[in-house]
Amino acid sequence: MRNDKNGGYGGGPGQMPHLATTYAAVNTLITLGSEMSLSSIHRENMLKFLLQMKDSSGAFRMHNGGEIDVRACYTAISVASILNVLDDELVTDLGNYILSCQTYEGGIAGEPGSEAHGGYTFCGLATMILINEVDKLDLPSLVDWVASRQGVECGFQGRVNKLVDGCYSFWQGGVLALAQRLLPIVHKQLESSFISGVQASAECKKSCNFTAGETGQDENLCRAGTSHPDNEGEKLSDFGFSSIGRQTECGPLFHSIALQQYILLCSQVLEGGFRDKPGKQRDFYHSCYCLSGLSVSQYSWSKDDGEPPLTSAVLGPYTNLLEPVHPLYNVVLHKYYKSHEFFSTL
Amino acid sequence: MPSSVDEVDRIPLSARPEWSDVRPVPQDDGPNPVAPIAYRDDFRETMDYFRAVYLADERSRRAVDLTTEAIGMNPGNYTVWHFRRVVLESLNADLHEERDFLDRMTMRNAKNYQIWHHRRWLAEKLGPEVANKELEFTKSILDLDAKNYHAWSHRQWVLQSLGGWENELDYCCMLLEDDIFNNSAWNQRYFVITRSPLLGGLQAMRDSEVGYTTEAILANPPNESPWRYLRGLYKGNASQLISDNRVSELCLKVLKTSNSCRFALGLLLDLLCYGFQPSEELRAVVEALRNSEQDTVSSNLAATVCLILEITDPMRSNYWAWRRNNLPSQVR
Repeated sequence: MRNDKNGGYGGGPGQMPHLATTYAAVNTLITLGSEMSLSSIHRENMLKFLLQMKDSSGAFRMHNGGEIDVRACYTAISVASILNVLDDELVTDLGNYILSCQTYEGGIAGEPGSEAHGGYTFCGLATMILINEVDKLDLPSLVDWVASRQGVECGFQGRVNKLVDGCYSFWQGGVLALAQRLLPIVHKQLESSFISGVQASAECKKSCNFTAGETGQDENLCRAGTSHPDNEGEKLSDFGFSSIGRQTECGPLFHSIALQQYILLCSQVLEGGFRDKPGKQRDFYHSCYCLSGLSVSQYSWSKDDGEPPLTSAVLGPYTNLLEPVHPLYNVVLHKYYKSHEFFSTL
Repeated sequence: MPSSVDEVDRIPLSARPEWSDVRPVPQDDGPNPVAPIAYRDDFRETMDYFRAVYLADERSRRAVDLTTEAIGMNPGNYTVWHFRRVVLESLNADLHEERDFLDRMTMRNAKNYQIWHHRRWLAEKLGPEVANKELEFTKSILDLDAKNYHAWSHRQWVLQSLGGWENELDYCCMLLEDDIFNNSAWNQRYFVITRSPLLGGLQAMRDSEVGYTTEAILANPPNESPWRYLRGLYKGNASQLISDNRVSELCLKVLKTSNSCRFALGLLLDLLCYGFQPSEELRAVVEALRNSEQDTVSSNLAATVCLILEITDPMRSNYWAWRRNNLPSQVR
């Protein structure tokens, strides 16, 4: 049992609470899934801690006096949502902060101005979905950026022109799994970005209504700040649950079998565990994210959450099939359902 | 892992007279620890003494020195770093000395979040007088790893909070001369042209940047960075993207010379989806790329582009198929 006197969990006994360890602890307790482990979480104190981490920019700090970035936003919101303590105060200005972290490349950075990066892109997108502001993002360019991150090696890279790494199987693969559930919104944004009646002109230097803002949403895209109208009146936390929804009819937006090949043939360590790439050492972080990425990949053709895939969707013997994970929280789906039931009455 | 004091020469804290008044506090692992960590003796002892001063909230010089030892053994201990800041502030310590210490720590742990955050805290306290030194320091880290994410974030923070923009565009040029594929340098370039108070902003810089980027693309069409950068120059302004001849001319040129470059085709697809009206020459070049064995013919150029990409960029064939099935209705 870990330390949560102040609300939140630290790295070990006697340490200050930290959002990364809080996220890990909560997900671990949910994965254990017993009455005892779920009820051990002090939700009121947790909310207090999360509110203390909230910054005036709309983002969150990782710990008291700590760094502010998109990871902190995700870990805070993921925990708040899964424990059913997501409240308006946590969400103020958060969507705008994350939007300001979407770069000209389409991906999302750790802080405004930094480079688009797979880990932060997952954190940013997942958070926006959880707080029901996903249509503020330029989804077509985000999807285009992530789809382009799958390399000739078949795994995903974290940034343009960098090497592939097994952990991005989840960070980038997971983004595309989420995107698959948002395709109607992506399509809507694509539709409305068409500009009619513009003639190509060699002298055309004068722009139309250019907005100098960092978010730079095209004038024809969805207006920033519009929340998804269907969810009016639904409790904020429910969005995580309902949004997992049905995948659209089309398959994955990445090459699922190729990704599985990379994970099983390059990242897997035969003595057990997974690694970044051959030549690197195995560790628990890579083991976790390679497995989650593998699961996402195996279920990427399933229409309903956790629906057993066809054998053609699973590389290798069907015994390779893993448990499905919830792509927003990265916990095993049936553990998520159990905890959702437990916390939704509180 | 190197520690600040050589393991063999280290005098245990219990044997140091200046610590004799302190009772070390062991870690409370609870009654039945499931997987207790097997700490090294010197590590355990250092942390036991740290817990003592931390719980007593002792803000002294020796407390700072103790955090130095603890940090040396585990630079990821954010609680120790936080306490160090608290004590340094209370003591009104000489922060220039702190900066020298931090320089050495950072060189050894260049990808550690706590160290870079401490650096930001320190630089903020020291103010604009350290702007140039901070830029020099991040440059020294980038000399070893030109894509260190923390170094770049810190550099951007320094520029925005402390200044020093004068040579930043030149620095980007230099890095790109070294390695035109360095996406971090392209990102920094974007940062400079859009945010530098010394330049006119994106609108003012666009023309010259389009020229620079075009050259970079033509020198190396398979380099993804300048293609995304080019799109970025028109962010929020799709109408100008599709009406600026230079963009479509570039696609045409690249498609005529390289074999179905996926970035040229991807950009062309985006142009068409925004409403670009292609020339006959462009249509012809694209048609020529089509595999004549494919019997799916389309008068819709955008659909044709997608079909070509589905074959020539197989890793993304599902993505291109989705694009083809989701072309804006006016494009179909």
